[in-house]
Amino acid sequence: MQNPRETTLAIASQTPRRVAESLPPMNKRRKGISPGWWFISPWLFGFVFLTALPFLASLYLSFCQYDVISPPRWIGLSNYENLFLHDPLFWKSIWNTFVYAVFALPLGTVAGITLALLLSLDLRGMSVYRTIFFLPSIVPLVATSLLWVWILNPQIGLINNLLEMVGISGPPWLVSPVWSKPALILMSIWGVGGSMIIYLAGIKDIPTFLHEAALVDGANTWQRTWHITLPMLTPVIFFNLVMGMIGAFQYFTQAFIMTAGGPQESTNFYCLYLFQRAFLYLNVGYSSAMAWILFVIVLVVTTALMKTHTKWVHYEGN
Amino acid sequence: MSTVLKQSKSVRFVAHLTLIILSIPCLLPLLWMISTSLKSDAQIFPSVGEIGGFRLSDFIPNPILWSNYPEAMRSVPFGTYLQNTLFLCISTTIGAVLSSALVAYGFARTKFRGQKILFILVLSTLMLPPQVTMIPTFLLYKGIGWYGTWLPLVVPSFFGSAFYIFLMCQFFRTIPNELSEAARIDGCGELRIFFQIMLPLSIPVMATCALFQFIGAWNDFLGPLIYLNSPSQYTIAYGLQQFMGTMVSQWSYLMAATTVFTIPIIILFFLAQKTFIQGIATTGGK
Repeated sequence: MQNPRETTLAIASQTPRRVAESLPPMNKRRKGISPGWWFISPWLFGFVFLTALPFLASLYLSFCQYDVISPPRWIGLSNYENLFLHDPLFWKSIWNTFVYAVFALPLGTVAGITLALLLSLDLRGMSVYRTIFFLPSIVPLVATSLLWVWILNPQIGLINNLLEMVGISGPPWLVSPVWSKPALILMSIWGVGGSMIIYLAGIKDIPTFLHEAALVDGANTWQRTWHITLPMLTPVIFFNLVMGMIGAFQYFTQAFIMTAGGPQESTNFYCLYLFQRAFLYLNVGYSSAMAWILFVIVLVVTTALMKTHTKWVHYEGN
Repeated sequence: MSTVLKQSKSVRFVAHLTLIILSIPCLLPLLWMISTSLKSDAQIFPSVGEIGGFRLSDFIPNPILWSNYPEAMRSVPFGTYLQNTLFLCISTTIGAVLSSALVAYGFARTKFRGQKILFILVLSTLMLPPQVTMIPTFLLYKGIGWYGTWLPLVVPSFFGSAFYIFLMCQFFRTIPNELSEAARIDGCGELRIFFQIMLPLSIPVMATCALFQFIGAWNDFLGPLIYLNSPSQYTIAYGLQQFMGTMVSQWSYLMAATTVFTIPIIILFFLAQKTFIQGIATTGGK
């Protein structure tokens, strides 16, 4: 039996270079399907059946009335019409999500960058500080939610206990429609360590020679932070903003566990309402329409952010 | 940073002070969780007329009730939850890492038509809110009879995850082409190059992805919420939420259970701190 592999091996060991040259290029060597397709086939299968088809199916369902029991019935734009014109809770959920994003995102960004700047200093014991600030962000979301229900307890929770000690009567937090969103925003700041680590890595990537050059020119720490570190950090800030924005629109678990949307729907966020419509009321068509509106919002806001991109994001080398 | 950039003494002092002050609100909630988990109800609930009498000494449980832990574990079928959670963590980790590595190899180290467009598709799925595909996917699984089983939570992980594919691609591209070319000349098939050359060289990135997947499965709430319907299948994350209702006002038990749920993740973080932080850092890098 002539084993082609052994033959190649034999030739290869004699004149490796010439054989390599005489071989046809990789992608034309084999007829039929390129091996690359076999490698990506698991993803391709998942993409077609678990992403692409469901994506289109939800678009179709968004034009239907469907309650899972009887077959979907085409109703045109009625779902969208009802959402936009006759569903105050839909607008309320958008408002809630908007308020959360508008406060939690900038606050988280500023806190994350400030912490990262502090943690990038050359101090003793820095790894301990880093661990401390990172710790809250690795606590599982469900655990964080349960813990904060207890921390925010109006009578005997941690925060109001501490406020009491300095003579302040704390707010009712999650029990009050006014304080429920601030409570959740406060909780999100506690988990800022995740983005802090990304900023920190970004700061560490900034070439030292830039700082050294500025130092020679007599720039102090503050000036170097403002004119070198922050501009060089803008790509990371941009990345975190986009991801944070997408994350804010998907805010769900905390609200589901801690408040179930209450009090007075003040924490009924977009994805929570979508979930309720889909899985509690079985308004499959209606919630599919909500899902597509979410998709369009995310697409529009991301594109808008991308448009501002060239104005303030600084890339090395241009 | 080089020594040229050493901060002055006063800057260092202020920085230390700020960091110490900021550490307090970071750690207090966790300390509060552990402290509550060891307290007696009498200490948690002040008697009438005593509200507002909170002192710093109340942070320390008195008496320390270690028995809260076994009692909390008995008030919910914790062993079952733990088994289920570990099963999900391990099976999806194997699935996601293996399949994502295969797919990443296909994208990074082979050539075929349409490769670029497909890779852009992989990346764009990262931006797609899962809610958009959630409902039809649910109907699909229900249609093929998978509702109420593990399958919707485990099987998709074997189709690769866009995020891990991306991370691994980045890594595979840094491995010199000469290695696989040499193997190819020796007649090595692509699959063998993948298993015998790429995988052994890619342990760091695989560890990062495995870690992320393990923690992700440990924490997952929405998956079990949608697909599981019998308490014997619940994971810790889902079971804890379910029993919050029944354990309400039993804060010591709830916090004991929450602590037990959190500690493994924190231990895992300390064991794999470097892998973990590097993984997160590369995420935001480019």
